Amino acid sequence: MAQQTSPPAAQQSPARYDFIVIGGGHNGLVCAATLARAGRRVLVLEAQSRVGGAAATREFAPGFRVSSCAHLLHLMPADLIRGLALESHGLEFAARGMPTTALRPGGLPLTVTEAGVSGGDAGAGDPAGGDADAYAAYTQRMRRFAGALAPLLGKVPPRLGTDDWPDRWALLRLAWQIRRLGKRDMRELLRIGGMNVYDLLKEHFQSPLLQGALGFDAVLGSNFGPRSPGSVFTLLYRLAAAYEAGGAPLSQPTGGLGSLSRALAAAAVAAGAEVRTNAAVQRITVQNHRASGVQLASGETIVADTVISNVDPQATFLRLLGTEYLDAGFTRRVSHLRTRGLTAKMHLALDDLPRFTSVSDEALGGRLLIAPSLEYLERAFNHSKYGEFSSAPAIEITLPTVNDPTLAPSGKHVISAVVQYAPYTLREGWEQGRQQFAEIIVETIERYSPGLGKSISSAQLLTPADIEREFRITGGHWHHAELALDQFFMMRPVPGAAQYQTPVDGLYLCGAGCHPGGGVMGTAGRNAARQVLGQAA
Amino acid sequence: MRNSDFVPMTVGADPIPRPTLVPGATPHYVQPLLKTPFHNRARALSQRDSFIPWAGYTTVDVFTNVEQEYFAIRNATTLYDLTPMVKYRIAGPSALSYLNRLITRDISKLKVGRVAYSAWCNDAGHLIDDGTVFRLGESEYRLCTAERQLDWLLSSAIGFDQLVIEEVTEQIAALAMQGPTSYAVLAAAGLVGVERLKPFEIGTFDLDGASLMVSRTGFTGDLGYELWMDPSHAERAWDVLMAAGYTRGIRAIGSSALNIARIEAGFLQPNVDFVSSAHTVLIGRDRSPLELGLEWLVDFDKPYFTGRRALVEERRCGPARRLVGLDIEGNKPAHNALLYSDRGGRKEVGSVTSATWSPTCKRNIALAIIDAPHFTTGNPVWADIYLNRELVWERRMVRARIVERPFFAPDRRKATPPGNY
Repeated sequence: MAQQTSPPAAQQSPARYDFIVIGGGHNGLVCAATLARAGRRVLVLEAQSRVGGAAATREFAPGFRVSSCAHLLHLMPADLIRGLALESHGLEFAARGMPTTALRPGGLPLTVTEAGVSGGDAGAGDPAGGDADAYAAYTQRMRRFAGALAPLLGKVPPRLGTDDWPDRWALLRLAWQIRRLGKRDMRELLRIGGMNVYDLLKEHFQSPLLQGALGFDAVLGSNFGPRSPGSVFTLLYRLAAAYEAGGAPLSQPTGGLGSLSRALAAAAVAAGAEVRTNAAVQRITVQNHRASGVQLASGETIVADTVISNVDPQATFLRLLGTEYLDAGFTRRVSHLRTRGLTAKMHLALDDLPRFTSVSDEALGGRLLIAPSLEYLERAFNHSKYGEFSSAPAIEITLPTVNDPTLAPSGKHVISAVVQYAPYTLREGWEQGRQQFAEIIVETIERYSPGLGKSISSAQLLTPADIEREFRITGGHWHHAELALDQFFMMRPVPGAAQYQTPVDGLYLCGAGCHPGGGVMGTAGRNAARQVLGQAA
Repeated sequence: MRNSDFVPMTVGADPIPRPTLVPGATPHYVQPLLKTPFHNRARALSQRDSFIPWAGYTTVDVFTNVEQEYFAIRNATTLYDLTPMVKYRIAGPSALSYLNRLITRDISKLKVGRVAYSAWCNDAGHLIDDGTVFRLGESEYRLCTAERQLDWLLSSAIGFDQLVIEEVTEQIAALAMQGPTSYAVLAAAGLVGVERLKPFEIGTFDLDGASLMVSRTGFTGDLGYELWMDPSHAERAWDVLMAAGYTRGIRAIGSSALNIARIEAGFLQPNVDFVSSAHTVLIGRDRSPLELGLEWLVDFDKPYFTGRRALVEERRCGPARRLVGLDIEGNKPAHNALLYSDRGGRKEVGSVTSATWSPTCKRNIALAIIDAPHFTTGNPVWADIYLNRELVWERRMVRARIVERPFFAPDRRKATPPGNY
């Protein structure tokens, strides 16, 4: 493609911005709000009619609303929520400290919280007294590891092989964080860091149900089964993020995740940022080897000093920018990013409150897990390797209407379920397989909630292919790019763009594809804003 | 492995298909080198049986003796089998923008029917290879390279649609015809209008009833042409040219003679004067085009190309070393000599990459890599030359001077129409 030239002056917007943020997802909004609060002129461009990206609330059946992609909030740092005054911009919580209940087919479930495990069925082998003690020791140690790793998340990753002191300092600090764990913990962290979660949990626990519940969090939203190498790393990541969030327990914003996004947008606008919806960016424009602004699908061109992309790295570099502005080796690294999602979302509109066998009313306001053992999880994962969906999927269920009745007509309810595993590329194609997978999901849940099927008035299944299309995420992966050791920290998304700054002057990244990754956290957006402001520590 | 050598075995119930030999075929592991379409002609003329591998083919190093062949380049005309040169076809609507992102020169300035010498780099601005780009049509190019690099070409193609990249090495037979009488021989062979070809221009002619593409290019720094043809026409073309050149001293040459001529012309040889950054293992062995004296190939004003960012930075800081020409006292070629800034050999500043006695210039010349800041033209350096004199090694510290390349550049190489020698 030829160099893009300056468009005629008449076509240009009169306003000139310091920053254009492409994409009004939560990271883009956090980034924009942080920049606007620093006194910069910021424009957020969102392709959809509403901000929020994958943190959105949508009506999926007449009168039934649901958090359409992410459905829980537990990773966003408390100081970020406070710093942007999100609660004064409309963020409320319908529930906090939601418990996790591990469902057992036809038996007594197990309740898992930070404090301990309770319930269960001693006859079925859990939670034997030993497991309760082991759980306490395990969570304490994992919490120490999370505490050591948590400070990494809020920092711009250092570059390797430079002589710059900030880089050396950051590496030293990382080494110190691990060293100060002490000899025993440090050795244990290094031992388990590259392990798989199956082996780790088998070392600690007897109860298959407890193992399944803890293993589920390690593989949630990833391309891992519990026996995949590196699945302890993803668990540590999740725990570190939760630690950095101030130990914030699982929470449900009133009105769904969309209200978080509205609060973020309100905070950005209050600080002086401009937010435009229905403004899909077609191209990032480049002049004199520097990003100069964007061109919208409408043809309108907007100029800015700096462009910050909340869009996933592959779309940013390969589609919006164009590889003709990038080195071939860098382009190859970007194109090799693993971006295919393996997680589906299921929404069910229900005529009445479902009953789950032996589950208390209180537990219905929390999350319910269908992952009765590590073997169950691994079997569910096996299918995905061959382009098949799980015949017995692992599922995280929430009933948002229990805590927030406004989401459905009076007396009616919604199930919002995260389902694994659903490969982005299904062998027979999703047009072909969608109905069957939806039926399997309902049958699986019904095994734990007899009679559920009769109360379903409407159902919606979002496969990774749907998530790609609806939320404009290449591959439909929650984290934009797989969270794994080789795509983390100094390597996220790829070396050469891991400090939010891209090889192209004036172009930055701020999305989940950057360190520290996705989940509704906002840290990537805040780190990126600090980096462009030169305030990165 | 060529598929035609093998047929699947059908014996027994072995589920794994195993290759077995076609009766009479030479298996690739017995004779792994391919033969060019000129091989039978070369074999017939070879007095020394001196063949060397080149890019997977067996080619001639010396036919009769190096001096005879060298002097044919400078005084008559020569045929050199260029077929193993790796050739890629790059075509399609985005071929121009693709090539412009690949190479360091502004390819948009290359007109149809012209050839450009260029280089290409990795992200760090280190040279992967140099070669020539032929613009054969509006969106039809040929890239000629010393080594295979389809992987890099395909990586560079990410994000470019409507692009065809294919290796066509085996589909094209090529001969270099170099020397002062080369034009006269081509004219005698019936190539009407070949005198109009300017340096780096391409034309298509009829040779004995078959189409022959001729480019006025070469690796000798002399008047000369490169001839590109269908392999089926190769032997006939060879015979016609040999017959047409008989009275003008035509001679087949091998790589050794060519090597002397290319050093005189100041041209770089991969794996001799630099190692491709695709192959280097040791840190610091990569070379940038600025270090190799190829800055004239790097266009910083054109659209982005791979390595530009790194080269802008290198240009700002200045290259750490530089490839230069050396004029060395005495007549002993300074093969592999280490270079010092002082006669005592205390401060090492570089080393020789290519060296030869230049029979035409009557000078002892070399190409050398010299560290900053010692590479300035006119600067004296000392070459540590080792000589084996009847099995006794002697060491000479010889004064050398950094000089401009090329060492030999006769006007006849550029004259259009060329001289009818």
